[in-house]
Amino acid sequence: MNPTEPSEGRASDRGVQKHVLNRIDDKTVGELREIAARYPHKRSGLLPMLHLVQSAQGRITPEGIETCAEILELTSAEVSGVATFYTMYKRRPVGDFHVGVCVNTLCAVMGGDEIYDRLSEHLGCGNDETAERREGDTATVSLERIECNAACDYAPVAMVNWEFMDNQTPQSAKDLVDDLRAGKEVHSTRGPRLVTWREAERVIAGFNDDLANEGPSAGPASLVGRNIARERGWTAPGVPASNEQKGEGE
Amino acid sequence: MSDMLTPVLTDNWGDERSWTIEAYEAQGGYRALSKALAMSQDDVIAAVKDSGLRGRGGAGFPTGMKWGFIPQDNPNPKYLVVNADESEPGTCKDIPLMMASPHTLIEGVIISAYAIRANHAFIYVRGEVLHVIRRLQHAVKEAYLAGHLGKNIHGSGHDLELVVHAGAGAYICGEETALLDSLEGRRGQPRLRPPFPAVAGLYASPTVINNVESIASVPSIIEHGPDWFSSMGTERSKGYGIFSLSGHVTNPGQFEAPLGITLRELIDLAGGMRNGHKLKFWTPGGSSTGILTDEHLDVPLDFEAVAEAGSMLGTRALQIFDETTCVVRATLRWTEFYKHESCGKCTPCREGTWWLVQSLAKLEKGEGTEADLDVVLDQCDNILGRSFCALADGAVGPITSSIQYFRDEYIAHLTHGGCPHDPAASTLFAPAGASA
Amino acid sequence: MSTPGSTPRTGEVVATDQVTLTIDGITTSAPKGTLVIRAAEEIGIQIPRFCDHPLLKPVGACRQCLVEVAMPGPNGELRTMQGPPGRMKPQPSCTLVATEGMEVKTQLTSEGADKAQQGQMEFLLINHPLDCPVCDKGGECPLQNQAMSNGRGESRFSAQGMVKRTFPKPINISPQILLDRERCIVCQRCTRFADEIAGDSFIALVERGARQQIGIGPDAPFLSYFAGNTIQICPVGALTSEDYRFRSRPFDLVSTPSIAEHDACGAAIRVDHRRGKVMRRLAGDDPEVNEEWITDKDRFGFSYTRSDERLTYPQVRDEETGELRPASWPEAFVVAARGLAAAGASGVLTGGRVTAEDAYAYSKFARVALGTNDIDFRARQHTGEEASFLAAHVAMTAPYTGGVTYSDLEQAGVVVLAGFEPEDEAGTIFLRLRKAVMQHGTRVVAVAPYTTRGLRKLNGRLVATAPGEEGDALSALAGDSEAGLDASSVIMVGERLATTPGALAAVIDLAATTGARLAWVPRRAGDRGALDAGCLPNLLPGGRPVADAGARVDVAAAWGVAQLPETPGRDGNAIVAALMSGKLGGVVVGGVDPDDTPDPAAFRAALAAASFVVALEQRETDVTRAADVVFPVAPVTDKPGTFVTWDGRARQFEAVMTNPASLPDLRTLSGIAQEMGRPLGWRTTDEVRAELLQLGAWDGARAPFDAGKAPKVAKAPKRGALRLVTWKQLVDDGTLQSGDVHYRATARPAVVRLSQTDFDALGSFTTEAADGRPVAMVTVTGDRGSVTLPAEVADLPVGTVWVPARSFGRGVLADLASPGSSVVVKGEK
Ligand SMILES: Cc1cc2nc3c(=O)[nH]c(=O)nc-3n(C[C@H](O)[C@H](O)[C@H](O)COP(=O)(O)O)c2cc1C
Ligand code: SF4
Ligand code: FES
Repeated sequence: MNPTEPSEGRASDRGVQKHVLNRIDDKTVGELREIAARYPHKRSGLLPMLHLVQSAQGRITPEGIETCAEILELTSAEVSGVATFYTMYKRRPVGDFHVGVCVNTLCAVMGGDEIYDRLSEHLGCGNDETAERREGDTATVSLERIECNAACDYAPVAMVNWEFMDNQTPQSAKDLVDDLRAGKEVHSTRGPRLVTWREAERVIAGFNDDLANEGPSAGPASLVGRNIARERGWTAPGVPASNEQKGEGE
Repeated sequence: MSDMLTPVLTDNWGDERSWTIEAYEAQGGYRALSKALAMSQDDVIAAVKDSGLRGRGGAGFPTGMKWGFIPQDNPNPKYLVVNADESEPGTCKDIPLMMASPHTLIEGVIISAYAIRANHAFIYVRGEVLHVIRRLQHAVKEAYLAGHLGKNIHGSGHDLELVVHAGAGAYICGEETALLDSLEGRRGQPRLRPPFPAVAGLYASPTVINNVESIASVPSIIEHGPDWFSSMGTERSKGYGIFSLSGHVTNPGQFEAPLGITLRELIDLAGGMRNGHKLKFWTPGGSSTGILTDEHLDVPLDFEAVAEAGSMLGTRALQIFDETTCVVRATLRWTEFYKHESCGKCTPCREGTWWLVQSLAKLEKGEGTEADLDVVLDQCDNILGRSFCALADGAVGPITSSIQYFRDEYIAHLTHGGCPHDPAASTLFAPAGASA
Repeated sequence: MSTPGSTPRTGEVVATDQVTLTIDGITTSAPKGTLVIRAAEEIGIQIPRFCDHPLLKPVGACRQCLVEVAMPGPNGELRTMQGPPGRMKPQPSCTLVATEGMEVKTQLTSEGADKAQQGQMEFLLINHPLDCPVCDKGGECPLQNQAMSNGRGESRFSAQGMVKRTFPKPINISPQILLDRERCIVCQRCTRFADEIAGDSFIALVERGARQQIGIGPDAPFLSYFAGNTIQICPVGALTSEDYRFRSRPFDLVSTPSIAEHDACGAAIRVDHRRGKVMRRLAGDDPEVNEEWITDKDRFGFSYTRSDERLTYPQVRDEETGELRPASWPEAFVVAARGLAAAGASGVLTGGRVTAEDAYAYSKFARVALGTNDIDFRARQHTGEEASFLAAHVAMTAPYTGGVTYSDLEQAGVVVLAGFEPEDEAGTIFLRLRKAVMQHGTRVVAVAPYTTRGLRKLNGRLVATAPGEEGDALSALAGDSEAGLDASSVIMVGERLATTPGALAAVIDLAATTGARLAWVPRRAGDRGALDAGCLPNLLPGGRPVADAGARVDVAAAWGVAQLPETPGRDGNAIVAALMSGKLGGVVVGGVDPDDTPDPAAFRAALAAASFVVALEQRETDVTRAADVVFPVAPVTDKPGTFVTWDGRARQFEAVMTNPASLPDLRTLSGIAQEMGRPLGWRTTDEVRAELLQLGAWDGARAPFDAGKAPKVAKAPKRGALRLVTWKQLVDDGTLQSGDVHYRATARPAVVRLSQTDFDALGSFTTEAADGRPVAMVTVTGDRGSVTLPAEVADLPVGTVWVPARSFGRGVLADLASPGSSVVVKGEK
């Protein structure tokens, strides 16, 4: 931190001196500025910037809040207000793999409640907690009760680092976390092999990781209607049925 | 009369590498863009107006009319914002669309931005869908490389910058003014209206906000013409839309059909209710639209008929529950959702959901008396239409409708001293033939 | 105006800037843009509300103010606003603009609106603690009051055995302010105030939904100069001050309106006291002056008036022991009168705390009792050029004579600040300027050493000047098209500008060439009154020039004396010098802090050298310790008085309480004069007021401005030295702030500011503070001492260093150097 940063300045206008525990490295500061510059008004960069803070620091840290505040010329109270509003921003570190079980009504009824309970038991941790690392584990797992993740046709749904893990059962979910902890390569049902939470946060912040081309075009449920239409030769009016020549996807 | 299913947006979802620009262009993608750029901007707006396209994000506001509200004499820059927040429980159409065919959306964005003379567009996508974000970012990059985005697009003189912006977990950010605040780097809390976004939206400049599916529908309207679009659907609900069936049907999934299709037809296409179970209740358009029952199987799923049936078409998110499901449990869980997602700005939503959750939790446990049901209804009465935004209206929808249709079941909880249903019976992995 | 029951006649032409609507059946008209809630207030209909505040932008968050509304449809027929379909949708009257033909039904006439309001009230109360009996707001709480008038008796929530939201007990959001989150109804008044009015967004909504609350940033407390206003506008007891918490109940307090004494702004305040003790102070509501806001200094800085720290009896120096001993008032009068007579020529020095009436008393005392014009109120740096400027351009200007006013600031296209930092030196002006900038697009240009936080909040432009350069910078503004000064502009001149020779001349020229209007802003509450009362060597009361024989005759006649001293007297600096040289023997000092004077050491030496010193003080100081007679004079709480604001408004106030232990300065002076055989002709404030009124303002010509000797060309600082610039921060070690511990803890830290270039020239020397955070400590050394403080870089001109005037030790003047002089800065390795 610049020792001469103004005490009258916005983020740092305070009589209390702060601790420097988690210094944000210069590369990250540069990337934070880069995000702010994507927008006509730099404050728009705040949400992705906070994602990047999580990628760099493993959670939203006071230093992350202050750095964003300084770049955006906001107070740290304003940044805190934003950082505490959104559920994806974590104040405590999460695991390498953050597992969300959808417990919104439809998933809950279809088995999400059961899955969550079994998983919580299995991991020995509750909502928004990280399971203890066991001997031999190469990765940690944390657990969260999440709301509807727009995958209801794949209920019950779990997310790992915000990748879809469709059509779960209590057993599949337990296997999933065991594989993750054991360091096995796990693939999303509709995406690539799972990356760590920090890597995922970096992508969400807008720094693509070249995995876009992995995974299928769509999962099976997404194609149910389209496939029926193909079978039955149904089309929108006047749209040539040449569609039939096309493949059936994955 | 069109076919029962009319895949337009979903048509290429199964194509090999459908998300890539090559695959998209191979099946005719970006042709509509060339056509649109050859038209005058006002003609593009007119085409969308004439098509009768109504917003696919829930409220069903006519899209072309919304574009027409943009004051072109306003000296500020104009903005187009795509609402890709898709967080309404049950809604799951925009996410697969952007995953399988992001270029459909991007082509729609370019045409729409051209029409409203916006040089800056944003796709506000919910943050919790990593692979969708990847595909969007990737597709935007491809579109820039192909000259579809950037300066002087294909010599048209039109410039467009498109930014994919990921949210961070807040249902309320689907509400368009909360979305704007969030996109400005603030807490996602709704704004006072007026001024409306068309006049003072993003950065206090004229802004159009449209749902993913609305914008994605634009290329097809330009390509095939407004009449083609309006030849589908019903009198006042034109065109096709994606219907998302989830829950206790044999084959849940996405069904693209003209508006006006019925739930009976859709369940049939989905292979019927699972394992011979019976339909008990369903949401026509996400949890914010009051539930309906098997009485409503033949209601045409268009804006008017569903409203007449006492609910809303919403996002065509058809969550299907069979007779194993406890309606009180379902309602409580939805109420918990709204409490969790209430932004906190206004009293009735913030405090009302706090109370409602406790009330419903008691009822589910069989505690209290029938009089408590009336207190619950009175709370709903004090919330509905009193809150700052429509989130709280959505919150009371499931409660009032479930009490309307299933009052007896609430009372059964009281007389039974708890829930009479076995939750295991309604799970996906329940042994076949299990029943409540 | 409204006539109950009448309806607008059809075909009646409606003035385009007015709309006509009916509220509860009463037809009324309101200016276009009026909110329904205000239109209702105008006709005496009170709609309950919480988030609404007339000076804040509407938010419509609490939903308490819902009313039923019908609007004329396209066919002219009224249509009730509906939604969701088929239901009357009550509208928040605090965000709804009244429109032509609108029909509003409030809780008084609409069952639906009443039910909607009851419903919101019930929701607000479900999670609100039932601690009214121990809550500071109890008895003056809008929630409590409106729950009584618009709520339901018993709580269905608790009847159902529901669980309230709880938060751990109050948290400090600043050293002074506590937040009780359970009581908060998140109306956002506090955050909106901080954001919209003060520009200090150090508090914000954090969390969301039912957990939403007010919060601060990590390690970043709510350190705003205006923070206390949030306590006052909080509609519940969620915000309290350490100072007042649990001290008293509203119904035990007696409230007296008064005027704040901490600056020249004249903010209206309300003083709440109990059994002779001030318990708290609140902002008064004066739309012309402070609107509804005051600084924290005005709110929290009052413990100096507490009598336990005050002088309570006169003292005289015992001839035998040489020590001060208690004396009776009559004895003290006699001793003072004799002493002054024996001392020969004597002068008068007064400080900034005196009221206009007291200042007048000093002015008359000097002329009549001492027969001298050796009087000066400027207990700070001052010059002859300034005295001339004040006489020529400032004395007796007032709103009714066309002087610049607060509201003029809002209308001004451009406001130039010269030698004036409003946030630190005149907080009420700062808030009005910020309003002008935010709401009316006023542009601010500051001729100042660096971009202060205050200037940034005014979106102001800096014309960076080193000390001595201000005059040239001001002259250059005339041709500066970006500044664009014209007749709608205002130039606000702070008292500090006087320290640059020629700067005031430049200001006068700038005003003359651009048509911009001038306003002079002293720092202290009493200064404008003292100027108008003639506490200057060149002016008699009412702006009468000493040098003008007609003016002298005028005053002499009014005072019933044969003649008045003819030659202009000595100013403060000259009085000090004359005491040292023995040309003056006696001196009367009222309310001067030696450490505020241009050269504290010289001032103390002058007191020591004087043959006779009379002190009029509230508390023991170096002046009283050096005095031969000490009179305990009354603070503003204990006497009536008047402060004349910077814009020339006479702000009268009455005594808050009676305290026989001390007397007003004017009564004391009258007692001494009486014993000297030169009675002043009055003994009470009322009598002085009557005489002032009779005397009136001078209607002759003002003395022309005389810049005096050609301005000295400021010497360039010695090699390696920097030129010192300084002013007082709002919260600092000033005398009237002593004892206010929690308030003082909200002060901005004392730091040294210098340019990046000068900072870099110090080499690398970062040290670690106790908490591990790197700080750069520097030592600044001047001819009066040195100080070590953390350094910060700011956009100062190279060769300039800023240090806060009164935030360490005895302050810059006593312990460092004279402003504008050269100092040496060294890094602490
Ligand atoms: C609480 C709430 C949540 C909403 N969520 C979404 C959403 O996730 N996606 C969406 O497109 N519209 C959502 N909407 C509707 C939007 O406010 C807005 O009407 C829509 O984006 C307009 O686009 P359209 O006209 O294309 O439908 C939501 C509305 C509310 C009140
Ligand atoms: S209804 Fe009120 S609290 Fe709820 S989301 Fe809307 S504004 Fe926020
Ligand atoms: S006073 Fe109108 S909503 Fe709060």
